[in-house]
Amino acid sequence: MIDFFNELFAPDKVDEAWMIIQNQFPTAIWETVYVTILSTLFAVIIGLPLGVLLVTGEKNGILPIPSWLMQTLNVIINLLRSVPFLILMIMVFPLTRAIVGTVVGTEATVVPLVIAAFPFVARLTESSLREVNPNLIEMAQSMGASPVQIIIKVMIPESVPSLLSNATIAITTVLGYSAMSGILGGGGLGKIAINYGYYRYKDLIMIAAVILLIVLVQLFQTVGTRLAVRSDKRLK
Amino acid sequence: MAEQNSIMLEVSGLKKQFGDDVVLDGVDLTIRKGEVVVILGSSGCGKSTLLRCINGLEASDGGSIRIDGDEVAVGSKSLTRLRQKIGMVFQNYELFPHKNILDNITLAPVKVQKRTKEDARAQAEQLLRRVGLWEKRKAYPRELSGGQKQRVAIVRALCMNPEIMLFDEVTAALDPEMVREVLDVMLELAQGGMTMLIVTHEMGFARAVADRIVFLEEGKVLENLPAEDFFENPDTQRAKDFLQTFEFKKKQ
Repeated sequence: MIDFFNELFAPDKVDEAWMIIQNQFPTAIWETVYVTILSTLFAVIIGLPLGVLLVTGEKNGILPIPSWLMQTLNVIINLLRSVPFLILMIMVFPLTRAIVGTVVGTEATVVPLVIAAFPFVARLTESSLREVNPNLIEMAQSMGASPVQIIIKVMIPESVPSLLSNATIAITTVLGYSAMSGILGGGGLGKIAINYGYYRYKDLIMIAAVILLIVLVQLFQTVGTRLAVRSDKRLK
Repeated sequence: MAEQNSIMLEVSGLKKQFGDDVVLDGVDLTIRKGEVVVILGSSGCGKSTLLRCINGLEASDGGSIRIDGDEVAVGSKSLTRLRQKIGMVFQNYELFPHKNILDNITLAPVKVQKRTKEDARAQAEQLLRRVGLWEKRKAYPRELSGGQKQRVAIVRALCMNPEIMLFDEVTAALDPEMVREVLDVMLELAQGGMTMLIVTHEMGFARAVADRIVFLEEGKVLENLPAEDFFENPDTQRAKDFLQTFEFKKKQ
């Protein structure tokens, strides 16, 4: 055990690791944060309306859509959610190339990340909106509100705390995926951990990268939880 | 009262069933402008369903409902316009928990009726003063007592300037000492000439506020009498029995 630590923290290795950390980590952290936030943002832009549709489009919903469309939507979402992220990433290479022009690099990972995350966001949105008290929706209907008004002014505002906690779950998941993408040419902390830690046996670098990923998750989670609690007007 | 006034609400032959369960079995009911009608009946007699049908929250299975001459048809374009003429207050207030009191009240006037924020706000504040809750205008629903919440819910319905108000057991969820403050607001409204259809179990209040009592039993109108006549001398034995149960409660 002591031998293991002595070897891990051997002075030359520590010096070398420190050099790499100083040179590479600032860019890597930036890439990870940037890709995670951008991908989550796009995923929300696509997934939130779909989640709304999953709830309101039901037969007894406030804005029913044809049941074949509803089923298609459900199948597509389930399909995308069942493909493991790395496989999905390979499968969407053609799309990535068409949109970004290349399949490697930080920008290129945004495409598979969005495709992996938007069905997840749609399901999370669905579960948040289902928590809204149906009596409130009925009450809005009784005042003559249209379906769109009910969605924008009642369902979404009334589920903000839940939507925020679910957005936090989504962003931490995307962060995990973005680290995974390092194995297939994605940038960021994941790439560093894999390239130095796994391929070149520099364990210290891997540990440092993982610690930073943990710190990022903690950060997102803390901010998300705070926002969710603050937006909740039912308690306190 | 109001015998010469025009007809505000006309329900004829209304039928509603849930599966095999017939809830409304040919209900006829006419309310004139300015009239206050109280619906009485034991639980499950169809009182709440009747109100929900009038507001188009439930589609009827037969018969017709007309508000001010216009047919209430679930799924039609005119329904949203018609609903703005109907103010409905529910048993559990149904205030939006994430909106403060003023926003709760002005949401529909601004978004549905497209009135200006200033206009809706001015009316909301004036109505809140009338029910003694102006100080609470910035509070959230959780900070209010049940009675206060229900008064806010009444104000919210009033702020749409409805032509008829429906009250669905609005005091049933309240502590006894809070019932009074809500009933007082309703009495004041009735005296102000509002057309009202009220479902309640408060017999004393029913007698004080109603012009007419409609007694429902198994989805049918058994009695439709001026309030005094109903309480003094109802036509049917069933209505007598119903009133007896409340007498009996009093003597215990």
